[in-house]
Amino acid sequence: MGGSASSVPPDLLGEYQELTFLTKQEILIAHKRFSELVPKEERDQILSARVPKDKVVTLPELRANPFQHRICRVFSTAEDGDDSLSFEDFLDMLSVFSDAATSEIKSHYAFRIFDFDDDGTLDRKDLENLVNCLTGDADGTRLSTSEMDQLIQNILEESDIDKDGTINLSEFQHVISRSPDFASSFKIVL
Amino acid sequence: MKVKAKYLKTYQNFHVKIGMEVDGQVQSDPESEEDEEEEETIQRPCSREAIKSSGQEKNQQTKEVDESEEEDEIFRRKRLTRKTNRRVKNSEEELERLKEQVEEKKKLISTMRNKPWRMAKKLTVLREAQAFVEKFEGALGKGKGKKFYAYKVMMAKKWVKFKRDFDNFKTQCIPWEMKIKEVESHFGSSVASYFIFLRWMYGVNLVLFGLIFGLVIIPEVLMGMPYGSMPRKTVPRAEQATAMDFSVLWDFEGYIKYSALFYGYYNNQRTIGWLKYRLPMAYFMVGISVFGYSLVVVIRTMARNANESTGDGDDNDFIFSWKMFTSWDYLIGNPETADNKFASITTSFKESIVDEQESNKDENIHLRRFLRVLANVLIICCLCGSGYLIYFVVKRSQTFSKMQNIGWYERNEVEIVMSLLGMFCPPLFETIAALENYHPRIGLKWQLGRIFALFLGNLYTFLLALMDDVNEKLTEEDVIKNITHWTLLNYYNSSAVNNSTFSPPPIDPADVPRGPCWETTVGIEFVRLTVSDILVTYITILVGDFLRACFVRFMNYCWCWDLEAGFPSYAEFDISGNVLGLIFNQGMIWMGSFYAPGLVGINVLRLLTSMYFQCWAVMSSNVPHERVFKASKSNNFYMGLLLLILFLSLLPVAYTIMSLPPSFDCGPFSGKKKMSDVIQETIELDFPAFVAKIFSYVANPGLIIPAILLMVLAIYYLNAVAEAYQHANAELKKKMQVQREEEKNKRNNKATTNLATQDLEDFLTPSAKSGDTKSDSTNKNSPGAKEGSMAKNSNAACPGRGATMVPPPHVTITQPPRQSIKASSPGQARSGTSPQGLRPGTRKGQPCN
Repeated sequence: MGGSASSVPPDLLGEYQELTFLTKQEILIAHKRFSELVPKEERDQILSARVPKDKVVTLPELRANPFQHRICRVFSTAEDGDDSLSFEDFLDMLSVFSDAATSEIKSHYAFRIFDFDDDGTLDRKDLENLVNCLTGDADGTRLSTSEMDQLIQNILEESDIDKDGTINLSEFQHVISRSPDFASSFKIVL
Repeated sequence: MKVKAKYLKTYQNFHVKIGMEVDGQVQSDPESEEDEEEEETIQRPCSREAIKSSGQEKNQQTKEVDESEEEDEIFRRKRLTRKTNRRVKNSEEELERLKEQVEEKKKLISTMRNKPWRMAKKLTVLREAQAFVEKFEGALGKGKGKKFYAYKVMMAKKWVKFKRDFDNFKTQCIPWEMKIKEVESHFGSSVASYFIFLRWMYGVNLVLFGLIFGLVIIPEVLMGMPYGSMPRKTVPRAEQATAMDFSVLWDFEGYIKYSALFYGYYNNQRTIGWLKYRLPMAYFMVGISVFGYSLVVVIRTMARNANESTGDGDDNDFIFSWKMFTSWDYLIGNPETADNKFASITTSFKESIVDEQESNKDENIHLRRFLRVLANVLIICCLCGSGYLIYFVVKRSQTFSKMQNIGWYERNEVEIVMSLLGMFCPPLFETIAALENYHPRIGLKWQLGRIFALFLGNLYTFLLALMDDVNEKLTEEDVIKNITHWTLLNYYNSSAVNNSTFSPPPIDPADVPRGPCWETTVGIEFVRLTVSDILVTYITILVGDFLRACFVRFMNYCWCWDLEAGFPSYAEFDISGNVLGLIFNQGMIWMGSFYAPGLVGINVLRLLTSMYFQCWAVMSSNVPHERVFKASKSNNFYMGLLLLILFLSLLPVAYTIMSLPPSFDCGPFSGKKKMSDVIQETIELDFPAFVAKIFSYVANPGLIIPAILLMVLAIYYLNAVAEAYQHANAELKKKMQVQREEEKNKRNNKATTNLATQDLEDFLTPSAKSGDTKSDSTNKNSPGAKEGSMAKNSNAACPGRGATMVPPPHVTITQPPRQSIKASSPGQARSGTSPQGLRPGTRKGQPCN
């Protein structure tokens, strides 16, 4: 760990292990990676430092992820809404995306990531955004409007059990819980 | 409006407090805290909705608040009296309750990571809970039990810590984690799954290697007769001149043939060394336990995989939703792969839309059928052809082996032909499969099945030809056995005649005529096959991937067309082919390890190097797949293939052990009629007589046949049970579907009924309305919020007429927000929590925000 003064205090490390799905090594790696993002002058108080969003998304693990901004937004505890991450937010994120996390908590956060307007439900607008994220920005891969409508219609038919035109958390979790490969792909490993 | 919200807030807090005091008693209940948070998030819509309700309602609310305050007062008083009582009595009851609370807190601590809270909140709650446990744990237990209890608690703590440390240690011991992660981030989880499989295989082989090396090779080398002391451990006189040449060693002849790597080296001495180590017995048992261990490991892994995949994959209810919500692979960290993934997701979206639109459109079914039949005929021809070719080549090699002065090609013909077939047949199959025009996923399965059949056919033809060879050697052996006997007899006789006083000088072990030792021949055959397989794999990677990548990269500057995008381009990593190669290699190891104990060592080296080599090759010269498959479902498919191969490789080995006579002058079982006789010998000589008796009883067919019958019956029974479960599962699924349909119909009906009549109904019988209507409107008010807290919220925020009489049960407050799917079925979960006649003013079809 470099032996610098900026390592995690042992009792806090224990608590982090208790509270996340991460092992000690993973927490230490996370700490190292996080401290690389923090500017030099703040290195000695990493636990209170915050990393702005545009730095977080340069992480190779998040670089190619179409949901990078959403992930930052969901896990950020910043009051002023700039989506910066503290070390604990960072750990929260890694814990949810770790191998050992239960699919329940994974689906909970997946829902929040997909909920683009943060209103607690996936409506047509959210789904449209989601499809656009999944198909990329290139012209060749975008879906046409009619295709998009068809797709969203199908999805709502399948998942919107109470037919209110939106998908809420329990409906979402119901769908996700039956999926064979959600838990294996909803993963980020440092 | 704000005032109102605030007011509501305080009201809720009251209830929260009551709930806490009733059940938490000492400190705030974290679950209710959580609820509070939930409430805050959905406060807005609900309060807005509450505004709509009449002023009269407000009055009711105040009334209710007053009431609840009174209740609160009563509670407090009660608690006080109870407290004093307790102080006097200090009853067991209280201790029990405290204990329960401590247990609860402990449970909370252990499950805290499951809660979707912020870290800061988790930290505070954890600290509080820990402090609580800390404080009251010591007070528990009394008198004699106290010390023991404290000890128990301490040990439990230590145990938890130890477990965590052990887990940390375990993860530290997993090799190549970073390497695999790097590949994962570039190529997604499917390519990484190959490397994880490779690592798993390495682990299994390491255990097998430890078994064989520790229990067979090391004892023989350390305690057995040294090299050169007896014929089986010496190079024959005729071969001695060339025994050290590299060309000879490369073919595993010469010194290597007479080394501990092969079966023939081992002595049939019953016990060796001062430990009285029973080597033949150990050899036999290790040979069997190699298979036993592999079987157990493979089956356990399969069972675990099956357990992990909880979702039933063949469920067709959510095709689109799954594509939408679960198709992104979050492990992808490479922009190039991400682009591929975008493209593949788009095509899959489009495909499924088209499928949905015209699911049953087939333009020319006859042509397609004809093409499929044709393709299968072609492929069967290929398989037969390759099988015959191998049989022919092995036969030819037997004639070659009798000739002197044969070239390198003749000696290695079998291996070369097998490797070439393995290299060129799969692409051929792929070309033929293009005729069939299957969906790629189904096409992949077919392709895998065909390659599997090819490899299997080749392996078994090879084995059959080898069997012929072995039988030939066995007849040859009989002749040589007599010759050897005669030579030795004559030698001793003549020396006895010449000089009767001295014992004759022992004959030099290199000069003794000896049999062909078919076991070593088989072992050598397998080792050569393995080594040539390794070489071919590596050369293919080097030429096919690396050189191709170099050529494409550097010649692209001066070429007439775009090499990278056009014809040669970069190679893709062939997951299925690589996995199958690995599986077949393992089959060869299992078969060969009985005849060549050193084979597992070679395999361990191979896996080790291929881990590094392939990782490097993938990162340096491959591009991600055009269509990125996910690995989760195919895992058990590969494991199933592995199990099949294991079983198939068990057959020939078991056959030789049980029915072929071992060579008379080499190997640990020489001199016995069958290899399995070693067990009988051990039981008779090393165990007391009654064990032998028991064994003979057990081995009696009269016992074995009933045992087999019993097993068959057990299998039948378990099968029946499994079927019943499946049936029940299907039934439940059907029920759920029916329910869903019903719900849908209900909604549709409702949507179409006249709004006016609905209003009338509402007006006339507000309390008669079932939970359905309520849930409908609650859903519209604050959709997406958790159902449980939502229902309670509507309780707390907008109590109706009936609510005045029925104070909201405290369950709603401490209820965890984690509602299962059931809660989403309307009218079921809510009817219990929400009071009747909620919000008489709101209308069904009309969202109130």
